[in-house]
Amino acid sequence: MPQIFHRSTNTLSRFTIYAAAFLLAGLMWIVMAVARSPYTTGQGVVLEQPVPFSHEHHVAGLGIDCRYCHTSVETSAFAGMPPSATCINCHKMIWTNSAMLEPVRASFRTGQPLRWTRVNDLPDFVFFNHSIHVAKGIGCASCHGRVDRMPLMYQAVSLQMEWCLDCHRRPENHLRPRSEVFNLGWQADDQQALGKRLAREYRVRSVSDLTSCSTCHR
Amino acid sequence: MSEQDRPKHASPERPGLAALRGRLEGARGPEFWRSLEELAGDEAFQELLHREFPRQASEWTEGLDRRRFLQLAGASLALAGLACTRQPLERIVPYVRQPEEIIPGRPQFYATAMTLGGYALGLLVESHEGRPTKVEGNPQHPASLGATNAFAQAAVLGLYDPDRSQLLLKLGEISTWASFLESLRGRLQAQRSLKGAGLRILTETVTSPTLAAQIRSLLALYPKAKWHQYEPAGRDMARLGARMAFGRFVETRFDFGKADVVFSLDADFPAAGPGAVRYTRDFTDRRRRRDGRAAQGRLYVVESAPTLAGTLADHHVTVRAGEVPVLAQALAAALEVPGVPRPAAAPASPFVTAAAADLRAHAGRSLVLAGEYAPPEVHALAHAMNHHLGNAGATVLHTDPVEAEPVDQAASLGELVGEMRAGHVDILAILGGNPVFTAPADFRFGEALGKVPLRIHLNGERDETAEYCHWHVPEAHFLEAWSDARAHDGTATVIQPLIAPLYGGRSAHELLSVFTDDTPRSGYDTVRDFWRGRTGTAGFEAFWRKALHDGVVPGTALPSRTLPLLASAVPEAVAAIALAGAAEAKASLAGQETCELVFRPDPTIHDGRFANNGWLQELPKPLSSLTWDNAAFIGPAAAARTGLVNGAVVEIVAGGKSVQAPVWILPGHPDGSMTVTLGYGRRKSGRVAKGAGFDPYVLRDSTAPWLLPKVSFRPTGEHRALAATQHHFNMEGRDLVRVATLEEMRADPECIKRMGETPPKDQNLYPGFAYPGQAWGMAIDLSACTGCNACVVACQAENNIPVVGKEQVLRGREMHWLRVDRYYQGDPEDPETHHQPVMCMHCEQAPCEVVCPVGATNHNSEGLNVMVYNRCVGTRYCSNNCPYKVRRFNFLKYNDETTPVLKLLHNPDVTVRSRGVMEKCTYCVQRINEARIDSEREGRDLRDGEITTACQQACPSQAIVFGDINDGKSRVSAWKSEPSGYGLLEGLNTRPRTTYLAKLRNPNPALRPDKGRDRG
Repeated sequence: MPQIFHRSTNTLSRFTIYAAAFLLAGLMWIVMAVARSPYTTGQGVVLEQPVPFSHEHHVAGLGIDCRYCHTSVETSAFAGMPPSATCINCHKMIWTNSAMLEPVRASFRTGQPLRWTRVNDLPDFVFFNHSIHVAKGIGCASCHGRVDRMPLMYQAVSLQMEWCLDCHRRPENHLRPRSEVFNLGWQADDQQALGKRLAREYRVRSVSDLTSCSTCHR
Repeated sequence: MSEQDRPKHASPERPGLAALRGRLEGARGPEFWRSLEELAGDEAFQELLHREFPRQASEWTEGLDRRRFLQLAGASLALAGLACTRQPLERIVPYVRQPEEIIPGRPQFYATAMTLGGYALGLLVESHEGRPTKVEGNPQHPASLGATNAFAQAAVLGLYDPDRSQLLLKLGEISTWASFLESLRGRLQAQRSLKGAGLRILTETVTSPTLAAQIRSLLALYPKAKWHQYEPAGRDMARLGARMAFGRFVETRFDFGKADVVFSLDADFPAAGPGAVRYTRDFTDRRRRRDGRAAQGRLYVVESAPTLAGTLADHHVTVRAGEVPVLAQALAAALEVPGVPRPAAAPASPFVTAAAADLRAHAGRSLVLAGEYAPPEVHALAHAMNHHLGNAGATVLHTDPVEAEPVDQAASLGELVGEMRAGHVDILAILGGNPVFTAPADFRFGEALGKVPLRIHLNGERDETAEYCHWHVPEAHFLEAWSDARAHDGTATVIQPLIAPLYGGRSAHELLSVFTDDTPRSGYDTVRDFWRGRTGTAGFEAFWRKALHDGVVPGTALPSRTLPLLASAVPEAVAAIALAGAAEAKASLAGQETCELVFRPDPTIHDGRFANNGWLQELPKPLSSLTWDNAAFIGPAAAARTGLVNGAVVEIVAGGKSVQAPVWILPGHPDGSMTVTLGYGRRKSGRVAKGAGFDPYVLRDSTAPWLLPKVSFRPTGEHRALAATQHHFNMEGRDLVRVATLEEMRADPECIKRMGETPPKDQNLYPGFAYPGQAWGMAIDLSACTGCNACVVACQAENNIPVVGKEQVLRGREMHWLRVDRYYQGDPEDPETHHQPVMCMHCEQAPCEVVCPVGATNHNSEGLNVMVYNRCVGTRYCSNNCPYKVRRFNFLKYNDETTPVLKLLHNPDVTVRSRGVMEKCTYCVQRINEARIDSEREGRDLRDGEITTACQQACPSQAIVFGDINDGKSRVSAWKSEPSGYGLLEGLNTRPRTTYLAKLRNPNPALRPDKGRDRG
């Protein structure tokens, strides 16, 4: 009985087996790449807002402190979104006829709130608290990026769990003096030395505390 | 009552009482059991025991073949792909003008009060950006002291109930407030010329000073109008008893904090009556000296059906309700109260003699209580005994009535019905309540109501009475409206709303204003003006703000008065008892299928007003552990005699009326008696109450509101499935609840510890884990737990725990993270009852953690056993491996995420779980985190007591304490170091963080039982 399979089948099958392994690895790589891509995480994506508010102009241009609008960032889990009245404080004087600001004026007139789209959106099973991060010396820029350079707001980082854990495992990489928390452009001379000192000074909890599930999930 | 007088029967073909007793006698040591089925070793019970989730817990009860399996597997895979969607965009909606006091993301607390039976329970209500989510007790309020009951805990669900009445109705059609005003105005003009001769107001019990003032000004405007009151589970008995004793209505309150010996005549003081929450606290505080050195107080209870008080008692006897008055007389005679002869019917029993001696030895520091539902003569005799013992003025305080207008309510309603029937009533305004459903059956209220030309009904629910009325006005919930009310000691609270009416409801103040003012006034103005009139304009603003802030109006508690007992009180009471005794003898309950019928308000839905509240419907009723139903409770002896089993439907016949009721056998229930609870069998209600239970009101008579001396019952052969949770999550009869007497503890402080094995700390294959910071732990005092279940609802409200429904409870799928187990000890006819709250023990070496394939449950650095919902894939291995059976699985999507109003209910600090996820007690980790973040932000250490879990905060008897066990000075450490402390199933080396303090009893040495039993 002649051979059913040609000799080349051996090579072909070897190649197929090896290729399958690479194909599988490649597939997994693609899945992981998609999971980490801005398509999934929303990193760097500008979302449509009722008013094209420019942080660059208000923060870098005018020098308004973060807390002028995000009032509860030091006291509450939620940093706070400015009520329409806060906008009107200034915009009753300047740009009073700007078409771009009409939604804000309409809101103030009618009492109907503005509906902003959340840019930095964590899943509902994650409980983030702004006040404690600010109190422990994590700057706004560490998570929100250089907001003072964003004409339109976008999510600066991936906000995935590995990104959160990166800091919860090594907080010294990101700690800064409390006085510099709201200074978006601040840079340490020697971040490692400073971070380690501040971690002690500010009584930052241990890594095992910070990486316990219940720190963020409840 | 003695053992011998009681008829005992045991049919040979059933596992009778004799067999059960035999089983008990064969056992060594104290034998605890949870139900009669367990005691009998029933086969069905064994099945329940050996399956992780009982019968039919799995969706597929029939076998699964290969083809079906592949179909399901394929479908699951396909759906798994579909389920991955991107996170939806979320909106942030800031204020337009943000109120100054609001910090977004931080809750606020407002003081207010909830009334039940008219009396106020002071509350602090948590509000998240204007939506109330959680109710706590107000520590400054005398009736609360920071604790609550189950009703108050469930109030937020009542507020957001989607079935609430939402529309003003005229003859069942949608109408408006303006057209209501218009149609009423003409009729009122006519009444004005008649001086209101045809105008009648019907309210429930009123303690609100403002409402009373409004009604009085209405009566001044219409001098011939009349005000009637009726409360179905009201206090007529106490009122009439006070009138018999003192010649007028008198409020009686008790100071349990000064009472060493308490004797209860069918008084369920931890559960019934206006001061229940406060009394529970005072009572347990007085007894909370467990070191065995100081003399602990003693409680004697006479009960006509198992009660919470009976479970706390050091000695209790069970008698039929009809025998309670005779027993009261026997006690009074033993105390040598002048003018009380020893009753002929009851021979002197050692129980009464010993209790009387104890009471006399503690004269001035003792207390005799008469039950809320015991007849007036028992109340009068209790007053006489307290006077005789010198308790009046010491532990018993008499004050002027707290109620605005105390009346004999049954008579008041009877008078109204008579006038309605005679056609004298032109306008009837029913302000709250549901009399068509709740009025005594002999009044035939609905029929009489039909004769009134204009009927107005104000209630929060479109109920039976709304059907009979021309106008139905939706009533604002107490969290939506301004009002005021007084507590059991008279302290007034201004009830302030937390939210604007969701459905444009009106309060009674606003409706009454229509009758008296030309332009109707708001509830706020009415209440505020009343108090301004009280205090004067000067300094009013400061007074008002302080009263609202504190939740109490200072200086409004009623002063105690010294009242002499009427000379006629004792003879009148004794004569009444003799009369009732004669009737009782004539009733002769010896027959096969006759018994007395006892009515009680339901422990979870009260008189029916909470029937549409899913939390309260699903809350296992204390002692019976029934959910979603009421039942006719009978004792094991009666069950053995008649062959009735749990769920067998009987027809109860009394006075030509009958009702069909499923039977439930309650150990410790007296023979010759049947107890039913009111409020079920609603004919017109929301979706939750529909079809639940039967309606005992149809048998209830105005002359005998709480006890029918003789009814007959007959099995119908039908069966109704009752969803009781007593077997669910059973732990196979190990030594779980430990009980000792003070004497035993004194003789051998280690006796509790020796009841179980505690492995040494180093007995472990794995290296130990250090907890350098805080280590959270909990201790639960079984001596203090009354089994009231307030903690269960508190946990449900705090942790977004869903309601699953009767059908799911029958499958053992209730979601409560915290359950209160009930154990019986001894004779099924008269057992001791013990309660044990069980939630996740947060084992240091948790068996659940090692079996999770995805690491969804593991330890945090402070020793909490945490559950990560987003990791859980629903294998249920953890639950299988949990020796405490405290894990709950979302078999279906129980949380309603679609009804808009129910979204407001959720606690924003806790994840809302979906289908396929395991969950369990977290020690309220959201509260721990919040407190820790606050303390760290302020740069200080956490203080002991700063973190309270929801169950701990709600507990009226403060039976639960939570804190840091690494802190040697914390309360929880102190409790854990008590000699009576023990852990549940410690022998498994799980090292539970939640531990218990054994139940310590203090029996009277004079009643030392010969066989481990103490009987009357």
